[in-house]
Amino acid sequence: MLSQQLLNGITLGATYALIALGYTMVYGIIQLINFAHGEIYMVGAFVGVLMVSVFQQGLLVSLVAAMLACMIMGVTIERIAYRPLRRSTRLAPLISAIGVSIFLQTLMTKIKGPQPVAFPPVINDALYKLGPVEISKVQIIILIVASLLMAGLHFIVKYVKIGKAMRAASEDYDTAALMGINVNRVISFTFAIGSALAAAGGVLVGIYFNSVSPFMGVLAGLKAFCAAVLGGIGSIPGAMLGGLFLGVAETLGVAGGFDLYKDAIAFTLLIIVLLFRPTGLLGRPIQRKV
Amino acid sequence: MLLEVNDLHVSYGAIRALKGIFCQVGEGEIVALIGANGAGKTTTLRTISGLIRPQSGTITYKGQPITKMPPHQIVSLGICQVPEGRRVFTRMTVLENLEMGAYTRKDKANVKADIEKVFQRFPRLAERKSQLAGTLSGGEQQMLAMGRALMSRPTVLLMDEPSMGLAPMLVQEIFSIIKEINQAGTTILLVEQNAHMALSIANRAYVLETGEIVLSGPARDLANNPEVQKAYLGE
Ligand SMILES: Nc1ncnc2c1ncn2[C@@H]1O[C@H](COP(=O)(O)OP(=O)(O)OP(=O)(O)O)[C@@H](O)[C@H]1O
Ligand SMILES: [Mg+2]
Repeated sequence: MLSQQLLNGITLGATYALIALGYTMVYGIIQLINFAHGEIYMVGAFVGVLMVSVFQQGLLVSLVAAMLACMIMGVTIERIAYRPLRRSTRLAPLISAIGVSIFLQTLMTKIKGPQPVAFPPVINDALYKLGPVEISKVQIIILIVASLLMAGLHFIVKYVKIGKAMRAASEDYDTAALMGINVNRVISFTFAIGSALAAAGGVLVGIYFNSVSPFMGVLAGLKAFCAAVLGGIGSIPGAMLGGLFLGVAETLGVAGGFDLYKDAIAFTLLIIVLLFRPTGLLGRPIQRKV
Repeated sequence: MLLEVNDLHVSYGAIRALKGIFCQVGEGEIVALIGANGAGKTTTLRTISGLIRPQSGTITYKGQPITKMPPHQIVSLGICQVPEGRRVFTRMTVLENLEMGAYTRKDKANVKADIEKVFQRFPRLAERKSQLAGTLSGGEQQMLAMGRALMSRPTVLLMDEPSMGLAPMLVQEIFSIIKEINQAGTTILLVEQNAHMALSIANRAYVLETGEIVLSGPARDLANNPEVQKAYLGE
């Protein structure tokens, strides 16, 4: 029973983590909470639906297509909605992000209508027994895809040149530029990666809950944002940990009888953690060395 | 002249930090820029590097204007900076910091060799190459900042107060390394509050006062100038 809930929680948490990574990476570099990130996740889910239903593609192709589409979208949003505001007050890009978020929700409602649509069948609903726990094929796929993507991200950030440049720019923007790093390109790259991960999350969640709607990004985005803050905003391992933590807590909370409060669990948890660790689980102390 | 700054004006909002400065750096020289706190020395270097857009004036490098270029292109041309306060990437290792210095370079094999050269010049960095830069001492961080800038194989090295906050022994060492770097062929524009040391290794010098160049000439002449001695050499 408990192990079953843990498994469900980790599955849910893996999807939160995929979204949370985008928040944390973008914040790490330009100190912006990208409020349109949840909508990128939503659009990713719709691209998945489109690929499966209209283009009759399998899961892998649909997933990759959604990721690519959202990469382009994320990079474009940064170019037209955030970059021109980079030297203005910090509130300006934040408001711009909220604008983009509303725009995408409205646009999608206009195209697909406000009702949730079912995700067309793309994988069978086989169940496997692993001792006391049952795991569905969707869950296995979510866990494998999320692990691969996060391992890939870790590899890029740790070993690949542009990933190292990301770390440098997120620590010290000006000095990164003084080293010859094209910081704008690094920012575009960050948006591309973050958006691709969110799109993957959108497709996987769409399949898992068999539902996709223009408003699915609102709550998922908020919760993933909580996960990012919980883990320590700006910290990549923090976003992964925060996502898993939140998924497990939410699932256990529901199983423990708090199902009416399901959506409040994330926020309650966030408040409690921040009371004791204001910079989140893996966040760095705020002070800067001079 | 390799690097020329002409009538450069820079403001931060209402604050006029540079009020039309002129200076030149010739190939192979060490040129010192000295001045009191807030004179505009850092502003000058940051503007040359492209981090600050000037109100007016031009900066040319090998005769080509670089005034409107983004910082990363200026680095590619061969102008690199060791910023004030070292600014190493504290959460990256010593080795990764050096790799960032070589960011614009494509010749991987030579980069490896250059990293070894930096380690030869600064053996203390070699011992700590996998350590996070934030855990280094101030002196070690200064060496790392210098090594990092050298990794771009700069033609011109801009250095902003490399002796700041270091013990006298280390200041000596840093200055003799600056001299070595210059002798190996790198042109240097050196900003310093330690005017005594700066004038002792520079060929020429400029004195900056509240955003204006008030004196310039051969370093030896400035060191013997009574006004300079009174204001900057504490004599
Ligand atoms: N970011 C900024 N915003 C507003 N004013 C600034 C900024 N940076 C520098 N200034 C102002 O511009 C002037 C020149 O500053 P700058 O840092 O260039 O001086 P400096 O000669 O490098 O001084 P120090 O020796 O203390 O490093 C100062 O009056 C300073 O207060
Ligand atoms: Mg200064």
